[in-house]
Amino acid sequence: MDYGPSDPGGSAGPQSHRAIKILLAGGFGVGKTTLVGAVSEIRPLRTEEPLTEGSMRTDSTQGVEGKTTTTVAMDFGRISLRRDLVLYLFGTPGQQRFWFMWDELAIGALGAVVLADTRRLAESFPAIDYFERRDIPFIVALNCFDGARIYEIEEVRMALDLEPEMPIVLCDARSRESAKQVLIALVEHLLQAAPEQPVSGIA
Amino acid sequence: MPSNDERWLDDEAGPVVRPYALTQGRTRHTGESFDLVATVMATRASADPSSLAPEHISVLQLARTPTTVADIASDVDLPLGVVRILLADLRELGLVAISTPVTMADRIDKHILREVLNGLRAL
Repeated sequence: MDYGPSDPGGSAGPQSHRAIKILLAGGFGVGKTTLVGAVSEIRPLRTEEPLTEGSMRTDSTQGVEGKTTTTVAMDFGRISLRRDLVLYLFGTPGQQRFWFMWDELAIGALGAVVLADTRRLAESFPAIDYFERRDIPFIVALNCFDGARIYEIEEVRMALDLEPEMPIVLCDARSRESAKQVLIALVEHLLQAAPEQPVSGIA
Repeated sequence: MPSNDERWLDDEAGPVVRPYALTQGRTRHTGESFDLVATVMATRASADPSSLAPEHISVLQLARTPTTVADIASDVDLPLGVVRILLADLRELGLVAISTPVTMADRIDKHILREVLNGLRAL
């Protein structure tokens, strides 16, 4: 595989600023925003959703001629790993009606974390299906809410029908250290699957 | 537990039509599409201020140092679709360069992953 020139002059062009994208998916209220906020500088982002036939019936569009989109707010987090290496963490709304946003977010994503609540495991099915079908590498993080029964990881693996090599980690989305460990587990998983392709010219 | 996972703004968001007045009603941008984390950087070309809306100028100022599409959208507090159109306008005028993120999925290698891993461990 060929790589483009690696900026031998070391000039501060846009190419030397690297942005890496990780997705955080999971059901409503599972703690995605909490996790993003625990580990990164959280930033609001407004986007638009095209109104579908279904939502047209429930949204009153009277008097707003030509209104075909509605605003959806989402958050993202930014973690500066180095001056020129920034990791972006996008929390993706879990419901299928937001899949138009997932498609946009998924392109070029390094990988994903599916955040799951053991009391409502089924809510993580759509996210798992989505990443499996698109061959986006991911891990599962179980957010251990106060008072939630700590399931055996292997029970969860069976319930979610995950491969034996798929990492499943326990976390507390409120804790910075715990959220950091989730991201580390994802990158370690990606490293195992990545091809050995040394890039020349970058020390 | 309060959650911001899903905030439907709808009515509270105000008129949806107005932001697109900035784009003369355009909802699609011209030219090649760009990623949310694509890097935007202002070029050295000088702009004719009369041809730009104040929002174009705000975006241009933010791009003086390399910054991403998502960061610009957050900073100017405009919907992403509007920001994309403003950026495409600026690109067409040669005022910004928009580069694809280096780490696209098909170009991931262990070197970059190790850099990310080391960075995370050092947090």
